[in-house]
Amino acid sequence: MGIEKFVFYFFALVMVASATMVITVRNPVQAALFLVLTFFSSAIIWMILEAEFLAIALVLVYVGAVMVLFLFVVMMLDINIARLREGFIRYLPFGAVIAVVMAGMLISMVGSKNFGLAKFAEPVRHVANYNNTRELGLVLYTKYVYPFEIAAVILLVAIVAAIALTLRRRPTTKYQKPEEQIAVKRDDRVRLVSMNAEQKK
Amino acid sequence: MIALSEFLILGAILFCLSVAGIFLNRKNVIILLMAIELMLLAVNMNFIAFSHYLGDTAGQVFVFFILTVAAAEAAIGLAILVVLFRSKRTINVDDLDTLKG
Repeated sequence: MGIEKFVFYFFALVMVASATMVITVRNPVQAALFLVLTFFSSAIIWMILEAEFLAIALVLVYVGAVMVLFLFVVMMLDINIARLREGFIRYLPFGAVIAVVMAGMLISMVGSKNFGLAKFAEPVRHVANYNNTRELGLVLYTKYVYPFEIAAVILLVAIVAAIALTLRRRPTTKYQKPEEQIAVKRDDRVRLVSMNAEQKK
Repeated sequence: MIALSEFLILGAILFCLSVAGIFLNRKNVIILLMAIELMLLAVNMNFIAFSHYLGDTAGQVFVFFILTVAAAEAAIGLAILVVLFRSKRTINVDDLDTLKG
């Protein structure tokens, strides 16, 4: 067994095991951490498939940003785990049967009969100085430039929506208003009063 | 030599696990969001496997867009979750019955 096959099977096993843990552990924090492990092993499998840019993007964007966001939200909310686990055992047989039936159907579809090495031969590996990021950039900025700009707009909308949803004004809180501090005039602060000089007798 | 079918089977197993996760954790919105992320990951796995075996970069471009949309979806979903918790003090799906659905 070559090193490549070993790496693939090892991380595929880690991935399936950690995905199972994500959907079964009690604590949402542990579920988020197992999801990080799933993403990480998936990134390594993408490396085997020569998608280096997306593998790194997965680690940076997902593990670095999205999962940290999940962890923040999980820790911010005060959740009663026991109530959320109600019905877990009741739905377990149903969910397991659905998953096994679906997996059986899918695997019979995508098994080695239709997508084996006989139908899809192993492609030739790229040469050592092949640059996956460059290849992706070449099509992304030419052929797919409009979808790319739409993706940018989607991210902008997501930023605005997330801020607009969670922004909350508290009228009771006292805080400085820099715009009013800067715009203050001399007349607002100092008042000159003309009065008669006092004389000592 | 790893066959294309092995990557596809891995993606299929991951997808079925996340479907099972949606059935099992139907009370907990956070785990539901995580299961959706797992589903998208399974789809991305298929895209990248086909991109490699067919020698076409378009599959990777699609994964790039799916990652973008998934990040936006997670951000907005979690923001809605935070607002929901602020007003209802719960994220249990059973307690969210204001619409009498």
